[in-house]
Order: sequence, then structure tokens, then C-alpha cells
Amino acid sequence: MANRIPRVPVREQDPAIRATNFEEVCYGYNLEEATLEASRCLHCKKPRCVEACPVGINIPGFIAALHEGDLRGAADIIANDSSLPSICGRVCPQESQCEGSCVLGVKGEPVAIGKLERFVGDWKLDNAPATAEEIPHNGKKVAVIGSGPSGLACASDLAKVGYEVKIFEALHKVGGVLVYGIPEFRLPKDKIVAREIDSLRRLGVEIETDVIAGRTVTIDSLMDEEGYDAVFIGSGAGLPRFMGIPGENFNGVVSANEFLTRANLMHAYDGQYDTPIYVGQRVVVVGGGNVAMDAVRTAKRLGADATIVYRRSEKELPARQEEVHHAKEEGIEFKMLNNPVEVIGDEKGWVKAVRCIRMELGEPDASGRRRPVEVEGSEFEIPCDVVIMALGTSPNPLIAATTDGLDTDRRGCIVADEQGATTRKGVFAGGDAVTGAATVILAMGAGRKAAKAIDNYLQEGK
Amino acid sequence: MYAILEKRRLAEGIWLMKIEAPRVAHSAKPGQFVIVRVDEHGERIPLTISDFDEKEGSVTIVTQTIGASTRKLCAKEAGDTIADFAGPLGHPSEFVHLAPEELNKRRYIFIAGGVGTAPVYPQVKWLKAHGVEADVIIGAKNRDMLIYTEQMKAVAGNLYIATDDGSEGFKGLVTQLLEQLIAEGHTYDECVAIGPMIMMKFVALTTRKYDLKTTVSLNTLMVDGTGMCGACRVTVGGKIRFTCVDGPEFDGHEVDFDEAMRRQGMYKTQEQRAAAIAAEREAGHQCRIGLDK
Repeated sequence: MANRIPRVPVREQDPAIRATNFEEVCYGYNLEEATLEASRCLHCKKPRCVEACPVGINIPGFIAALHEGDLRGAADIIANDSSLPSICGRVCPQESQCEGSCVLGVKGEPVAIGKLERFVGDWKLDNAPATAEEIPHNGKKVAVIGSGPSGLACASDLAKVGYEVKIFEALHKVGGVLVYGIPEFRLPKDKIVAREIDSLRRLGVEIETDVIAGRTVTIDSLMDEEGYDAVFIGSGAGLPRFMGIPGENFNGVVSANEFLTRANLMHAYDGQYDTPIYVGQRVVVVGGGNVAMDAVRTAKRLGADATIVYRRSEKELPARQEEVHHAKEEGIEFKMLNNPVEVIGDEKGWVKAVRCIRMELGEPDASGRRRPVEVEGSEFEIPCDVVIMALGTSPNPLIAATTDGLDTDRRGCIVADEQGATTRKGVFAGGDAVTGAATVILAMGAGRKAAKAIDNYLQEGK
Repeated sequence: MYAILEKRRLAEGIWLMKIEAPRVAHSAKPGQFVIVRVDEHGERIPLTISDFDEKEGSVTIVTQTIGASTRKLCAKEAGDTIADFAGPLGHPSEFVHLAPEELNKRRYIFIAGGVGTAPVYPQVKWLKAHGVEADVIIGAKNRDMLIYTEQMKAVAGNLYIATDDGSEGFKGLVTQLLEQLIAEGHTYDECVAIGPMIMMKFVALTTRKYDLKTTVSLNTLMVDGTGMCGACRVTVGGKIRFTCVDGPEFDGHEVDFDEAMRRQGMYKTQEQRAAAIAAEREAGHQCRIGLDK
């Protein structure tokens, strides 16, 4: 019988302290807390959480195993559907997926599925590293472009069934958006990401950094000159968007990608590293997604007063609830229903303010959300030194532009079927490169589907 | 890790390094650049390719010590390694795509300023190998700061030198020398200028008077160099372009140089501070009040 206790609270760093450091905000459950939280699951006959999970993890199954103290069993159940539980447990938008569908959530609080997944994932990293048993090679080679979630998942599944797999990463560090995009305080790099990658290496996957597909190598050169039988493209969506408003090129206007790359990938916040980063006194971040929250909280940690400007209302914020909650606790100001119309610079060309216009919500648009409409004559200025644009990203055109026969749609996304097959024979793709900016779990799922499709293709030649 | 095969001093504060990087050497074309990261703590710095040798698997870069990171790079010796050497990045020069019969008809004048002379070299060399002898103007402060003159002589049509103090060649600016050449009756179809931003700005202003098509290679700030960050954005013909993926070469008459120069200075104060700290450290000083943190 399910234990009718309130959701077990999770321990976190004190907001006042964590707003000045880059260590992980959430400490996660210990075994006792996790077991207690696991006892809340109702084990529904028709588990809605499983349906709501983009990769269909057997959630009641792993929670039952966890509750019985069978952590290895719990880890194995998750592994059937997800290869990155420590990461997804931390970054999935659970409130709109598994937890959002949990029956307990109707009247009270849903089971903390994300925190339980994280607990099991971390336990696995600590206790059950990928076995070093020799996997016999099947003599076929697959190249994986990009070492983000989709590439890692695809490489791992292919290596497990005997393929010789090599990942090509453009940057100097492995992990894609997990290392350049998501900050340390949300996803620890050494403790979690590096260990996931280590376990991949133990499976025999080779990784070569500093290789830019479309420049250093091409899909054709990999297949024709280097003998790869198939290629998986998981190059993500890395191209930042700007608003196209006046003043956007003043010194002090940066993309969230630039700001976060300086902080996360280049460790600009650590004096031992050479890369500079600039926040000034006051930072305005434009946008309402996870990237906007990451940027605004990073700016805060670097000592600035930090504000979010978002054109819709709080209800429409696309960021994870937990991030919005954490940001507020850390003293981030939220200016909802405002949209920048111009960046104002001083006589030397540095940002001094951003001019915004107030918005109100009108009729629902194509996305089903109420469309924000400008309130005439309501312009006002927010003084600031830095404006960070977190408006979303699109796929990098480099690979498509240098690969004949690889079709993209009008948004620049690579065209691929459900299984990841592109319009080029032997070339598969998945993750943000196909869907446009989405989530880690969807990318991971797409990488695994493509691994299956690549295996079918190479075994049966179809 | 990438081995430094050779290191040579070309002038005060200007160093040539030949790096073992077979993949880059295999794919490099004139006009492209690389991103270099010296060590684990280093910045990613964009440097234009000065030469490449596919057989040897080597790529040559020429660096002037202007900040903490370039100083760190130039402190490395032959036999040492650098952490990262990624490329080739950006588009090759437009002329590599021209059909031979079209290329053979074109008369080029290259204007190379200071350390920018190094990336001009592979372009002129490529043209020579494809049957086109381009004229080249090399500009420098004085005779001691001239680089690549011998190599350039071997691949250029006419080579002209301009120094600010007249210690070698023409006394004056490259733009004055260019106007003199045009006045003497030299005609060109295209000018390619690579050097300090301010030089490229004035070359573009000069050639506009003669309606001479001008290509410039921009050395903007960059982080990743692959289109991800947008630090390198410039206004060209009223549109925002990314130097790393849309360039680095652009129509010089369309570039908003004043904005580009201003944007180059975005991290100046921090860079100067870092350079000062690096210089102090080099001199054996250890900061006790935490300024280097």
C-alpha cells in the first residue's frame, strides 16, 4: 500500500549562499529519503507517468525496485529506456512530463520521480560502472558527429552491440550542451557529465575533439576516406538568434550562448582561466526558457543585479518550474509582459539601458498560448550594462551545406524519419539538429532510436 | 595535443610556429583560420592560417604578442605541445572557387599590414600556383617590423614595401602607396587587404574612390569559432553577419568598421588586466592581495 505522507523535501544549498557560488543547488536524496519518497508511489494499473515520459521509462517498476532496496534492479529498469538518468533526473521538465501526469498530483504533490531517477542514476555511477567485459567487434564502423545527449546515447548503444564507434566533437571538451550550455550549479561537470563519458569510453567508444564536421572533415570524407559504414549526426542546435532591434550590436549585448559558453565551457568565472566575461552592475536577460534562467542565475553569481524580461506572463514561462523557483529564491527580478524594442548605448557605444514596451495577452496563437500584444505608448527604460539575448537557437548549417543530398527544412533542421534516417543513404540524424532546440531526454531518445536503425541498416542493408 | 614542430622569431614580438595538425593541413584553404587553445586554462583564440603543408601534416601560424593569451602561446617552444588546434574554419577566399579561365584574367593587388602579412602569403602563393601573379604591398612601422618579404617576393608579381618611417621602401601609408601605383597607371580588378582593422578601414575608403572591389579579412573576437556564440558579429551591408561562419572575408566597402573596431574592445580592460598579471607572474611576482583571482 502506498504511504500517504507528503512529498519528501529535497535538501538544497541555502539561496543566499548559493547565489555567490557555482556549486550544485540541489543535493538530491540520500538512500533513506529516496526509499521514503518511493513508498508514496501508488503503482497505478495504467501508469500515466510512463505515457508522459518521452522515452517511456517503466517508472513504477524502477520505483518499486528502489523501494525494495534493489538499486541495481532499479538502475537496470531505467537503463532499458534511458542511458543518462543522472542527467535527465536533473534537467528534464518533470512537471510537464512524468510528474505532471502523476495521479497524486491531482490533490497533492506528485511523486518526486525526477529526484528518484537522479538518485538511482548517481548510485549507478558510484557503484556499477559499465562492465569492462570485452564486446566482440562486428567489423563495422560508425562515426557519430557531436558529443551531446543524442550522440552519447547513440554511440553507447552501438558500442554495446559490437560496432567500432568514434565520436567527433567540434569543441575541445566532450558533452555538447551538457558542458557549454547547462551551468555547473544545475549539472556538475566532473561529478556527473565526465563520469557518464568515462563509462562510454570503457565501452570502447573513441572520442576525437577539435573536429568540426563540415570543415575539418565532411560526411563524405568520413565515409569515403576513413571507411565509416554509417554516420549519425547529433550536432545540436547551436546558432543563437537575435531580436533584430536597433542597438543590438552595442558592446554589452551578448547571446546567452556566448555568455554561458564563456562561463561553463571556458570557466571564465574562475580566476585560473584566461577567458574574460563581463557583467557590469546590472544585467537584463531577454527570454523565459531554461537558457534564460541559466544565464540570469550565472550573471547573479558573478555579482550583478539580474533581471528577466519576458514578453508573456509567468504562466507561459517555458523554463522548468524548479529553475524559476530557484531563480526567485536567489533574488532574480522577473519583469513579465515586457518586450525590448531597442537597446540604448552611451556615446562610446556601450549598453546603458534597454527600452521595453509593456505587453498584454490577447487571443491564443498557433502554439495555443495567448499571444502577447503591445500596449501602445507604454515604453520605458531599464538601465543596465549588459543585455543577454536568450531567444532560442537553430541548427548549425555547416554540415548540411557541405553534404550533397542531405535535405533540411525551411528552419534549417535536418530532415529525418521517425527512426532517424535522413535523405542520404547511411546517414542518420537525431536530437536538436532534427527537431530544433528541445530537451535532453528527447535528444537521448532520438540517439537511441537511430542506433537501432543504424544497426538494422548495417545488418540487413536496408 | 598538438606538437610545435618549429618556432621562429620574425620580428619584435612576432613569432612563427609550425604546428603538427594533419587534419587541418589536409582540409585547409587560403583565407581560413584556426582556433588555438594553449593549455587547460587558455582562451580559444582565432588565428589566420599562414601556410599549410598537407604532406608534412603541418599548419603555420604567425602570432603577435598583444595580450595574455598570445603571450602565453608565444612562450611555448619547438617540441612543446598546445592543447587544441581546431580548424580550418570560415570560408576560403572567394578566388579559390573561380574557374581557371576567369581567374587568369584577374589582376589582384594585396595589401598586407604588419602581422596580417602572414595570412596574405598563402593566398598569393595559391594564386601563383594557379598561374596568377598578384601584386603585393607590405606595410609596417619600420624595416625591423617587416615580415615575410623574402617568401612573398618568390610568389608575388611586383612586391612593394611601405614603412611609416621610410627605413625601407616607400615612406608613408599603404593607402598612399596604392594611390601612387594607381596614378602610375597600374590597374586592378580586386584588392585584398589584411591587417589591422584601422588599415582595412582606410584601404576600403581609398579603393571606394576608384570603384575597386575590395575584400577584407576580419579579426573579430570569437569564442567557439563555429557559429555558436555570436561574439564575432559584424554589420555588413546593413545586415548582421557572423565573421566565423559567414566570413572571415567580406566586401570591405560594406563593412561597418567603426562598429567592428568598437566591438573588438569589448573585453579590453579585462584583457589588459590579465596581460598585466601575466607579465607580473612572468617577472616572478606573486600577488598576495588576490588581484590575480
